[in-house]
Amino acid sequence: MINFLANPERFTRVTRPLRPWLAGVTALLFVWGLYLCFASPEDYQQGDTVRIMYVHVPAAWMGLTVYAAMGIASFFGLIFRHALADVAAKAMAPIGAVFTGLALLTGALWGMPMWGTPWQWDGRMTSELILFLFYIGYIALHASIEDEVRAAKSTAILALVGLVNLPIVHFSVQWWNSLHQGDSIFVKGGPTVAPDMLWPLFVMVAAYHALFAWLFLVRLDSEILARKYRALRARLSFN
Amino acid sequence: MIRPALTLLKRDLGLSLTKGGGPLLAVGFYLTLMAMIPLSLGPDQAVLSRIAAGLTWLCLALSSLLSLERLFERDYEDAVFDTLRLGPLPLELIALLKCLSQWFGTGVILSLMTPIVMIILGAPVSLALMGLVSAFLGSLSFALIGGIGASLALGSRKGGVLMALLVLPFYVPPVIFGAGLMQAVQTSASPLQALAFLAAYALFALALGPIAMGAALRGALS
Repeated sequence: MINFLANPERFTRVTRPLRPWLAGVTALLFVWGLYLCFASPEDYQQGDTVRIMYVHVPAAWMGLTVYAAMGIASFFGLIFRHALADVAAKAMAPIGAVFTGLALLTGALWGMPMWGTPWQWDGRMTSELILFLFYIGYIALHASIEDEVRAAKSTAILALVGLVNLPIVHFSVQWWNSLHQGDSIFVKGGPTVAPDMLWPLFVMVAAYHALFAWLFLVRLDSEILARKYRALRARLSFN
Repeated sequence: MIRPALTLLKRDLGLSLTKGGGPLLAVGFYLTLMAMIPLSLGPDQAVLSRIAAGLTWLCLALSSLLSLERLFERDYEDAVFDTLRLGPLPLELIALLKCLSQWFGTGVILSLMTPIVMIILGAPVSLALMGLVSAFLGSLSFALIGGIGASLALGSRKGGVLMALLVLPFYVPPVIFGAGLMQAVQTSASPLQALAFLAAYALFALALGPIAMGAALRGALS
């Protein structure tokens, strides 16, 4: 499967017809999810602000998911010299950065009424901020190396170093200070969140994943086209 | 393999101690940062003594970063790397030796100054010993993690700033553990946990750094 899709030509041929469907699914999931957000009950402590959580939590999860996916793509790109994997890692980075930024922003919006401050130097927020900085560093490194092949290699190494290192950063920051509420979804003995609130959350998570898949395919395709364009131009200028 | 390694270590150590002012630049930067802190926060002893140890760690991290920019660049520009690659040493070992001589030439000297800086800033004198030990471990991690950044930024257009951006997120654990260690000593809690974490991160950097640097250098040299 992976080898079959490694050819960029074949990949675009297979995925291009999928894209409108994916866009449609994304839109439907978002409509459904947002409807559920507003139909779900208020929290007895947080009131209406609990609805921010349905945007905030999936964004934070996606920030991590995209980062893990980037690490895996970089691994394939670096070890197996998989041409499409390099492009994939590059295409994912800005999406992940935006998700992480969104998580920080919605967290601040939620914190203002609930904690009385938009920013607290608590463990999770700080490590989310560091993840955001990592994304920026990744994008900056890619932008600053002109040669595509070298840029792909250097950023892949950075992504792998990050993949090993960011968990350590995360736990060290946790060790440093944590006010954030503990995990409430993936805990032993089932979630501690009321089912009324779990449903909108899961639909929103699905919507975010679909959005990511769609944006990823669009970015991947445009990156492949951009490379083709550069290659053609280089060939023309030689003749 | 040991003799060429020692020769290279001697050469790099000499370079990092004498060339371009040697460690003077980093030391000067360290002291300047130190002087800026009371100027920006006010000379209140009560405030300063509470934050002295943490701020010293921040200054140490930044000063270690500053001198890393030229770690590989000099040899990359005048093609020494191509010569070194013809020799028996693997790139990983070359990178490790360069980082270690960087550490001896800058990190160790900055570490020796750390207790002094801490005390000038207002930390209690009892912190001096732990400050020294933790600075040794921390600056070793800074040198090795910084080496990864330096090797990745090699040959890119904006080396210095880029390197800082890449490396600083990974400087977080030693800064946290180092400053946490100081706090533990100050509140007379057990410093063992923070010290163990700090040492573990230094060892981790020692293991991971050469592999990543070797791969990055290979990419830059090809």
